[in-house]
Amino acid sequence: MLETKDILETINMIDNENLDVRTITMGISLLDCIDEDIDKACTKIYDKMMRSAKDLVKTGEDIEKEYGIPIINKRISVTPIGMVAAPCQSKNVVKFAYTLDKAAKELGVNFVGGYSALVQKGFASGDYALIESIPQALAETDFVCSSVNIGSTKAGINMDAVKMMGKIVKQASEATADRNCIGAAKLVVFCNAPEDNPFMAGAFHGVGESDTVINVGVSGPGVVRAALAKGGEGKNITEIADMVKKTAFKITRMGQLVAKEASRRLCVPSGIVDLSLAPTPAVGDSVAYILEEMGLEVCGCHGTTAALALLNDAVKKGGVMASSHVGGLSGAFIPVTEDAGMIHAAETGYLDITKLESMTAVCSVGLDMIVVPGDITPEVISAIIADEAAIGMVNSKTTAVRLIPAIGKKAGEELNFGGLLGRGPVMPVRNGSPEIFIHRGGRIPAPLQALKN
Amino acid sequence: MKAIITVIGKDTVGILAKVSDACAKADVNIVEVTQSVLQDMFAMVMLVEIDKANIAFDQLKSNLDEVGTATKTKIHIMHEDIFNAMHKIDNDF
Repeated sequence: MLETKDILETINMIDNENLDVRTITMGISLLDCIDEDIDKACTKIYDKMMRSAKDLVKTGEDIEKEYGIPIINKRISVTPIGMVAAPCQSKNVVKFAYTLDKAAKELGVNFVGGYSALVQKGFASGDYALIESIPQALAETDFVCSSVNIGSTKAGINMDAVKMMGKIVKQASEATADRNCIGAAKLVVFCNAPEDNPFMAGAFHGVGESDTVINVGVSGPGVVRAALAKGGEGKNITEIADMVKKTAFKITRMGQLVAKEASRRLCVPSGIVDLSLAPTPAVGDSVAYILEEMGLEVCGCHGTTAALALLNDAVKKGGVMASSHVGGLSGAFIPVTEDAGMIHAAETGYLDITKLESMTAVCSVGLDMIVVPGDITPEVISAIIADEAAIGMVNSKTTAVRLIPAIGKKAGEELNFGGLLGRGPVMPVRNGSPEIFIHRGGRIPAPLQALKN
Repeated sequence: MKAIITVIGKDTVGILAKVSDACAKADVNIVEVTQSVLQDMFAMVMLVEIDKANIAFDQLKSNLDEVGTATKTKIHIMHEDIFNAMHKIDNDF
């Protein structure tokens, strides 16, 4: 029989420390829906999504009840629409977004990701039109998420795409200025995008994946923080890292169980478990508070990067033993507006965009959910994307940029999305113009790290 | 399938009886019970078999919730595997 203290520990994690499975994401390949006629393609996509994911939400809810674990989101990721749109000569690519949105609403899922293009080395047929349509697609749909991969360690950085994305991010924000610029919050610009990521807004179903797949994202910053709060006093850093590892192991085992069960019930192969610490604005569910629990007065002070590096690594080490297949983004997320501790640090001036940039060199994603002044130029956005992509490219890791230009607002004011996306102060960006650099276009060659064969 | 019922709260007379009664009415067999009282906080863990239950899991859960409300305790019923997964390394679940 199990020990009482273990049972009570699990219950306490769920009841008091915000332990949850953040998402069950079904990946659906749309390669068999490709058609020259965009309307036919949309019908095939709709039919396939409705067929493949018809039991997704119910299965998630059943598992939630039986196992007593909250499963917050049920989502779908699809093949990057840029590929599906390749043979369509239609100017109306946005029809694909309407189709995804319609299916998502009817299925009852929270988000559908994959209004995406992979252009790290260049634009293929379909990619250009898709990227141009992103602001409209995000403004006119509710549940569609978009991502664009503009660089990779193997390919270098496509600076034409970087230039374009500065403009697109700004337009996505402008098109939804009356709704807290929500469009930009649903758009991620990646370097080294993972093809099996279950988290939004960057999820898409890679071309090397099976026809359908179940990926699960676990969370639990609150559990890690509580473990350190209970047993961390007086411990040295090695012991702290071990505590994080042990906690990450337990959290991931729960994710693995849910992934296996969901896969069995839906008769869909199980893909990966993404063992990410994904914060929510709920007090106690914060990655920043974990760093502060390690002994930093406030997230953003000197020492933050080292503490985050330790956390990110220990989470992975604890998780890999707990799951057969680990993938996605796996590590610690630092989305500013979604993390109570980060919001506080940003509001009090301890955390700025340059400190965040250095933190992204050691966290699992990148500059995430950062609100910037509404008058930011597309070139500056492009330059921030280029900087972040360079960190990812050289370090062979995923980096991403999700900036929200707060239209009509200046540094110091606040943008409030409500819900899981949270709120955050408008953060100032650095002065000086990168305009000529960005307008050169071309491609940053792949780094020496790419030449491993 | 086996499930684990946990009852946490202030110790009062008859908690075990009331929970057992809810199980018996549902044809849920109690395999093992451990309980501890720390100061006046009561924690009881029951391993039960629910394969032959005459009501759905959902219904059993809400019946136990009612017992929890009546006895001012917090009662959870969860699949055994969640605890095995988290706390036993050599478990294939």
